[in-house]
Amino acid sequence: MAVLLLGEVTNGELNRDATAKAVSALKSLGDVTVLCAGASAQAAGEAAATIDGVAKVLVAEDALYGHRLAEPAAALLVGLADGFDHIAAPATTDAKNIMPRVAALLDAMVISDVSAVVDADTFERPVYAGNAIQTVKSKDAKKVLTIRTASFDAAGDGAAAPVEATAKADDPALSAWVADEVVESDRPELTSAGRVVSGGRGVGSKDDFALIEKLADKLGAAVGASRAAVDSGYAPNDYQVGQTGKVVAPELYVAIGISGAIQHLAGMKDSKVIVAINKDEEAPIFQIADYGLVGDLFATVPELTEKL
Amino acid sequence: MKVLVPVKRVIDYNVKARVKADGSGVDLANVKMSMNPFDEIAVEEAIRLKEKGVATEVVAVSIGVKQAQETLRTALAMGADRAILVVAADDVHTDIEPLAVAKLLKAVIDEEQPGLVIAGKQAIDNDMNATGQMLAALLGWGQATFASKIEIEGETAKVTREVDGGLQTIEVKLPAIVTADLRLNEPRYASLPNIMKAKKKPLDEKTAADLGVDVSPRLEIVSVKEPEGRKAGIKVETVDELVSKLKEAGVV
Ligand SMILES: Cc1cc2nc3c(=O)[nH]c(=O)nc-3n(C[C@H](O)[C@H](O)[C@H](O)COP(=O)(O)OP(=O)(O)OC[C@H]3O[C@@H](n4cnc5c(N)ncnc54)[C@H](O)[C@@H]3O)c2cc1C
Repeated sequence: MAVLLLGEVTNGELNRDATAKAVSALKSLGDVTVLCAGASAQAAGEAAATIDGVAKVLVAEDALYGHRLAEPAAALLVGLADGFDHIAAPATTDAKNIMPRVAALLDAMVISDVSAVVDADTFERPVYAGNAIQTVKSKDAKKVLTIRTASFDAAGDGAAAPVEATAKADDPALSAWVADEVVESDRPELTSAGRVVSGGRGVGSKDDFALIEKLADKLGAAVGASRAAVDSGYAPNDYQVGQTGKVVAPELYVAIGISGAIQHLAGMKDSKVIVAINKDEEAPIFQIADYGLVGDLFATVPELTEKL
Repeated sequence: MKVLVPVKRVIDYNVKARVKADGSGVDLANVKMSMNPFDEIAVEEAIRLKEKGVATEVVAVSIGVKQAQETLRTALAMGADRAILVVAADDVHTDIEPLAVAKLLKAVIDEEQPGLVIAGKQAIDNDMNATGQMLAALLGWGQATFASKIEIEGETAKVTREVDGGLQTIEVKLPAIVTADLRLNEPRYASLPNIMKAKKKPLDEKTAADLGVDVSPRLEIVSVKEPEGRKAGIKVETVDELVSKLKEAGVV
């Protein structure tokens, strides 16, 4: 059995955390070959080669792959699919865009957001906003999967695996990149952070979202948000935690002014320790919080930031 | 330009899904069902394109059980012009897989020849996030997923996408598949007169067999279980108590 894993490469850099979590999910299935594709991808490939459990790295370096457009990336993966039984990627937005396209081109059903690997054909995945866990057994010859990174620990470092260049595939020429709008931040990345502080609608404004950020900075935490906070413009879209946003499982998750809708819980309920601060003692978030503080966030959050 | 919008009948987003005692799935009998929220956003976007004079006709398509007629009536009441139902299952508990749905949609699209398909990015029941991408693959079309903004400019659609790092804007050649994210728009409520009018709009019915598509699943559902529960912890009275509890727990 052999696994082809699409490494998560953004602007030439490997997202080691996401890629290494996928490696640890998949390595029981066979030799893992990591594909790093990008306008520049050699350095990412060399980084991927040192993830424990990686047998080989393929590097596809071409401007065509610079922005991870789905059509060329899927064509590349399909071209390399021969000889692999599993084609997988960490379940990032890039992979969620690309992998179902790969699966359909291979006439296979994609298995999204795998949270446990049972055997070569059988996988667990959450459905209904995480209110049920489904075990599915695939009848397809090739399995196409995305891996829910929050469910796996990252593989460690190993001896460097061989790195080889691979040819680019034909350009389907169906789409073109125009622009990125990325907010640079010195804070830890949401899905790999050990601590996350999230704010909800209760924070009330973009200016007051600084209260959340100050507490996060004191804790060295990443900042998250509920959908309501993002929709209201208090926080950017990439902060959204939940069923349809990012899924996190840090050591510590602090939910502030968040009611605890099922769609939000779907993205954070596997956190080790959950703290909730909410002025409504009936808020559903308290039903899953390890430590609940009933109170006004405008008083309690600055006090907490100061006392930590 | 004709715009086609696939819509799915799913458990209402306010209802907490309950796993059936026999572990075969989630109980959907006597549960409130609605249009998948992302599909509502897709329908809204298509109607807005028509209101702007960009789209000429909006066709809603649903694949599933007979009861999905209601979902299509909702789309018609919002403003879609006509609807097509492809009946592909009898039991409300049967979820047609995205690959089969994509094949059926492709068959419908081969007949309808739309210039744009707007779908929801994900169905909130199976949470697969796959149908739009699979459909694009089968048609050989470009795709712009997780859209928060769509502008039609001649032969291309300029789409802003919500991605892990922030936002990405791409251009995709038409015809294309766009999938809607939460912030694309806020869907309207259908007014009572429009609900009445929708009853008279055309709703065609076909079956999967009519379209010659095999919908048998590739993924066998071995079991469905409840996730590990999480118990409520304790309430602390003061910030000081919270700080000391967090220190005890070793997380700060
Ligand atoms: C298809 C779909 C997908 C969705 N996906 C997601 C998702 O991925 N992530 C997500 O988060 N949501 C998602 N949602 C939205 C979800 O259903 C909720 O609407 C949302 O999570 C609510 O956000 P909130 O808790 O911040 O706001 P609210 O529910 O309005 O809660 C605000 C809370 O703040 C408290 N509060 C107010 N003022 C103060 C104060 N001064 N001090 C302390 N507490 C205060 C209130 O008591 C209340 O509990 C989705 C919804 C749909 C339909």
